Amino acid sequence: MYNAGKIIIGLLIFVGLVAFPFVYSGGKATAKPDPKVDTPEILKLAENERKCVEPKAYMKGEHMVLLNDWRDWVVRDDNTIYTATDGKKYTMSLQNTCMKCHSNKKKFCDECHNYTAVKPYCWDCHIVPKEKET
Amino acid sequence: MGLLFSFFAVTALIVIVFIGVQAAHLHYLFGVIIPYAAFLTFIIGIIYRVVKWGRIPVPFRIPTTAGQEKSLPWIKHNKIDNPFTSLGVIVRMALEVLLFRSLFRNTKTELRDGPKLSYGSTKWLWLGGLAFHWTFLIILIRHFRLFLEPVPIPIEILEALDGFFQVGAPVLYITDLIFLGAVTFLFLRRVIIPQIRYISLAADYFPLFLIGAIGGSGVLMRYFLKTDVVGIKQLTMGLITFSPVVPQGIGIIFYIHLLLVSALFAYFPMSKLMHMAGVFLSPTRNLANNNRAVRHVNPWNYPVKVHTYEEYEDDFRDKMKAVGIPVEKE
Ligand code: HEC
Ligand code: HEC
Ligand code: HEC
Ligand code: HEM
Repeated sequence: MYNAGKIIIGLLIFVGLVAFPFVYSGGKATAKPDPKVDTPEILKLAENERKCVEPKAYMKGEHMVLLNDWRDWVVRDDNTIYTATDGKKYTMSLQNTCMKCHSNKKKFCDECHNYTAVKPYCWDCHIVPKEKET
Repeated sequence: MGLLFSFFAVTALIVIVFIGVQAAHLHYLFGVIIPYAAFLTFIIGIIYRVVKWGRIPVPFRIPTTAGQEKSLPWIKHNKIDNPFTSLGVIVRMALEVLLFRSLFRNTKTELRDGPKLSYGSTKWLWLGGLAFHWTFLIILIRHFRLFLEPVPIPIEILEALDGFFQVGAPVLYITDLIFLGAVTFLFLRRVIIPQIRYISLAADYFPLFLIGAIGGSGVLMRYFLKTDVVGIKQLTMGLITFSPVVPQGIGIIFYIHLLLVSALFAYFPMSKLMHMAGVFLSPTRNLANNNRAVRHVNPWNYPVKVHTYEEYEDDFRDKMKAVGIPVEKE
């Protein structure tokens, strides 16, 4: 090979870059997030009533879309009552509805968000529920 | 021809996912085996191609570059466009790789009334290319949130900057818009300009369609057809830690995205996309123009058998002396 030294340095940089994630994680399995839904507010509900606003599978993927819609409906359309698909009515509010049930932000919202590096900017203004440090 | 072929090739890849994942439930094949195989092909293929290139002898340094070469002290030397030192070469190469300097010099030829041939500068390809490659890179770096745990701070900063305008939820990334726009521009350029359409082959259309479809499926997945990102990160971290898992409930759109990406990675070493490595090996970019100062022996020079004057004299000294011809060594 001609100019072998330089070409091999280049190839080593390339291999180093693609191998980086494998080295960084060190081959250890990582803990997966485990959002807890055992807040006092939720435990107060009857066993078969312990449900989210919408079905769990929907909430998992679409909760930010729902929140965005809620925000628009409240702030722009002055519409504060949300009728869920099962007919239940909820006051559309981030702090007073979502965070009332999910008062354990650190063990719930953050659990998933830290894992997937999502940083909702909502808490720049909205008040984070008070939690005991754990 | 090439256009339709490429379009149907990408469509076929998507159909394969529907058959393989939706109908045949081969989640492990599409989620683990194919990505691993594609990744290996990518690395080994690139090393193979680069080593193969490295075995080709480098020609005489090419002096016809865009700047004045180093010569007499009162002639201004262009240190970057016609570098004399390795540092100059590194600067020229870095500017080429990061800012596409030679594309900046792109010109357009026109036949005006007269008839007169005129050359004008066109920056559109440069601008589109730059937008495309930079957003591609940023998106790729942002994706490392799926492959690193804990996610390093610089990636979070990049996400925050990319979502700076805080439009909607999930936040709209500007790079996604620019990326899809740039791919569309690069594609339209090939079909609309007749000369470029004439020289475009399937090997040009296929990567464009493939990358367009990857971007399209990614955008669909993030903003419209939501899937379980937490589950996806479990899958990707499984791949990274060599303990693959395939969580239930990941939508088909992810498998489409993943197969298209795998196809891109596997196709990479055998395609024009190798310009990623090739740019560093371009003789007009990576050789200092020091022809007059440093002796360059062509590696392919045939070893010529020479018979020097000293040897000649040794052979014939006696005879030369006998007839009175002067010799150097007595
Ligand atoms: C009535 C109390 C209540 C309210 C109000 C509520 N949730 Fe829930 N939420 C729950 C319960 C209970 C679960 C667990 C559901 C299950 O396991 O089936 C849950 C589940 C979830 C999940 C899925 C968690 C997982 O493990 O996948 C998300 C995301 C979520 N909620 C977000 C929200 C958001 C955002 C709001 C406000 C729009 C909200 N919730 C309002 C009670 C509530
Ligand atoms: C710049 C500050 C700010 C940020 C950032 C912000 N909000 Fe708000 N939000 C407000 C204000 C002000 C209101 C109006 C409160 C009212 O009228 O009672 C509001 C109202 C809302 C409401 C309806 C009323 C209620 O009580 O909750 C929702 C839902 C909401 N925001 C969701 C969000 C979400 C989700 C985010 C993050 C993606 C977010 N907001 C980020 C300031 C902000
Ligand atoms: C099951 C895990 C999970 C839980 C629990 C969860 N989220 Fe999320 N959330 C996500 C994921 C994943 C995303 C990012 C989706 C993406 O990148 O496409 C997200 C995104 C968001 C976004 C959009 C952020 C952005 O900047 O794009 C908001 C707002 C949000 N979540 C609010 C909440 C709130 C409030 C809670 C707690 C009540 C909560 N989430 C609980 C997984 C979760
Ligand atoms: C060639 C490389 C790739 C390109 C160009 C690409 C492109 C994109 C784009 C444009 C998006 C839209 C959202 C965003 O910008 O974050 C996206 C989303 C996504 N991509 Fe990729 N992708 C690539 C590789 C991968 C790989 C290797 C994986 C995982 C194995 C992956 C998984 C995802 C996931 C899960 C999303 C959705 C993220 C979300 O919902 O926030 N991508 N991709």
